[in-house]
Amino acid sequence: MSTSMEAVASAARADAPPAIMLDKVNKWYGALHVLRDVTLNVALGERLVVCGPSGSGKSTLIRCINRLETHQEGTIKVDGIELSDDLRALDAIRREVGMVFQSFNLFPHLTILENCTLAPIWVRHMPKAEAEALAMEYLERVKIPEQAKKYPGQLSGGQQQRVAIARALCMKPKIMLFDEPTSALDPEMIKEVLETMVGLAETGMTMVCVTHEMGFARQVADRVVFMDRGEIVEQGPPNEVFENPRTDRLKLFLSQILRGH
Amino acid sequence: MSEAAIPTAARSAPITLVGPIAWVRTNLFSGWFSGLFSLVLLFLIVKWTLGFIEWGVINAVWSVPNNQTQACRDLKGTGACWAVITEKHRFILFGTYPYEEQWRAFLSILVFIGLFIVSAMRRFWRKELGLIWIGALTTIGVLMWGGVLGLNYVPQERWGGLVITLILATFGLAFAFPLSILVALGRRSKLPAIKALCVIYVELIRGVPLISLLFMASVMFPLFLPEGMNIDKLLRAQIAIILFAGAYLAEVVRGGLQSLPRGQYEAADALGLSYWKKTGFIILPQALRLVIPPLVNTFIGFFKDTSLVLIIGIFDLLTAGKTAIIEPAWQGFGIEVYLTVGFIYFCFCFAMSRYSQNLEAELNQHRVR
Repeated sequence: MSTSMEAVASAARADAPPAIMLDKVNKWYGALHVLRDVTLNVALGERLVVCGPSGSGKSTLIRCINRLETHQEGTIKVDGIELSDDLRALDAIRREVGMVFQSFNLFPHLTILENCTLAPIWVRHMPKAEAEALAMEYLERVKIPEQAKKYPGQLSGGQQQRVAIARALCMKPKIMLFDEPTSALDPEMIKEVLETMVGLAETGMTMVCVTHEMGFARQVADRVVFMDRGEIVEQGPPNEVFENPRTDRLKLFLSQILRGH
Repeated sequence: MSEAAIPTAARSAPITLVGPIAWVRTNLFSGWFSGLFSLVLLFLIVKWTLGFIEWGVINAVWSVPNNQTQACRDLKGTGACWAVITEKHRFILFGTYPYEEQWRAFLSILVFIGLFIVSAMRRFWRKELGLIWIGALTTIGVLMWGGVLGLNYVPQERWGGLVITLILATFGLAFAFPLSILVALGRRSKLPAIKALCVIYVELIRGVPLISLLFMASVMFPLFLPEGMNIDKLLRAQIAIILFAGAYLAEVVRGGLQSLPRGQYEAADALGLSYWKKTGFIILPQALRLVIPPLVNTFIGFFKDTSLVLIIGIFDLLTAGKTAIIEPAWQGFGIEVYLTVGFIYFCFCFAMSRYSQNLEAELNQHRVR
């Protein structure tokens, strides 16, 4: 990817309205304070990578964005709509936000094609033929159209995760959330999933990605957010965050990550 | 390294003993003790089989003239008196249903069996099946009650036999199953009132024997009704059975719901599916497939539990059989009658069991790699 293209894209993003706004978000699991005053804006078209040690609240954070978890204090606005107990607002948000899980969570009793067409047909009320054409288009983009008639259990982990990405894309979301998409994969399958995600980033999709894949973060992210113990400790462009960590916590984390690789 | 590596040549599996003789040798005569044991068992099996054939076929009396059971009594137990079945089969199957109208009850049984067969075939699993059920059950109602289309009216008190068993079991499970799904979902509801209601229902109904529920339905329930109002006894028993089966099935279904990983709910939520769409397309199809064995176990149990209605004086298949041998001329031929009744129950239960195994294999194809 050329630097000039990057610069153009970033410039376009600077004045775009924020796709996601989190203002002083707090969450507790019982007595455990898992999110502490998290304030974060994600611009339309921005690619954000969230990293941090396990238990730092990064998964909880992105699960709060489409309300798989509820926050107790603060406000979260997605695409201008505030998350609340209002079910209609929630439906509207979930239609615009796609999510990819660590454990794929494909529906094992449906074929790959049915996995991809279910939500467009029943949530977007798309005609079946149109939904199938759309699904095939995305399955081709993630390079597995030939598996459309198979069941998830017949596919490898990497293929399943690519289907999960296609399934989310079939809803034509404005924002994509990735919750450690490669953590459950064998090393040789991580690459194919990351390539798919890089391809998606090149289309200008707004992405929030919890991952430890530093290479991916460097290649794709506009901004890296480092979380520890429920709060955002550092953030900035990937080079800055990875090369010049300012806090000991991030230094420790980076040394552990590098040792692990 | 890769160019140097030569794949190991594929070998065939180690030779195992094959063929029936090898099977017999390894499984029945692997040592002197197992050999002796096999021989003793073989002897007993042959002896009992021959004994049963002698009793049930060779020495059996198949019919007697005008209730003269002397021929049967002369056998002194060395042969079966199938004459009791020849004589009483219509009573066992149709109870006290008027003799000349019994073709209607017979037709109802055929409609029931046809309904089961159609429902069992997956190609009929669509919306029209609901209409088929309504049509079939209406037909059975018209046939049994009559009073329209030139059919004579037959009050419910005169119905009996296999028809009653099929009515109780079919209506019972047809209503109890959907009820149980709602209750199982309700027990996992986030709304405390709905959850409490479902928990109370299950615990209350499960905590009492079916017999006491049937007694309540037949004796106590009418006391609460306003004077002059009367609900059919069969209907009351039917409701008791539905409520009882519903509570048990609800727990089976709940087991299936709980065995689904949370990720399935979350993935459906994240795609924006509403609660009912999530439940209908993602959760129930998987949960119910998982619980086919315990579900059918409960179904079979309830098919036979319908025979408990005898204690409130409803003439089901078993009661009809029991009543058939009350007549002095036929007293003492219980074995033949109970064998026959048992065989009828077995046919239905075995069919359910076999069908469920096929269904399980067919519906769980996605789990086969």
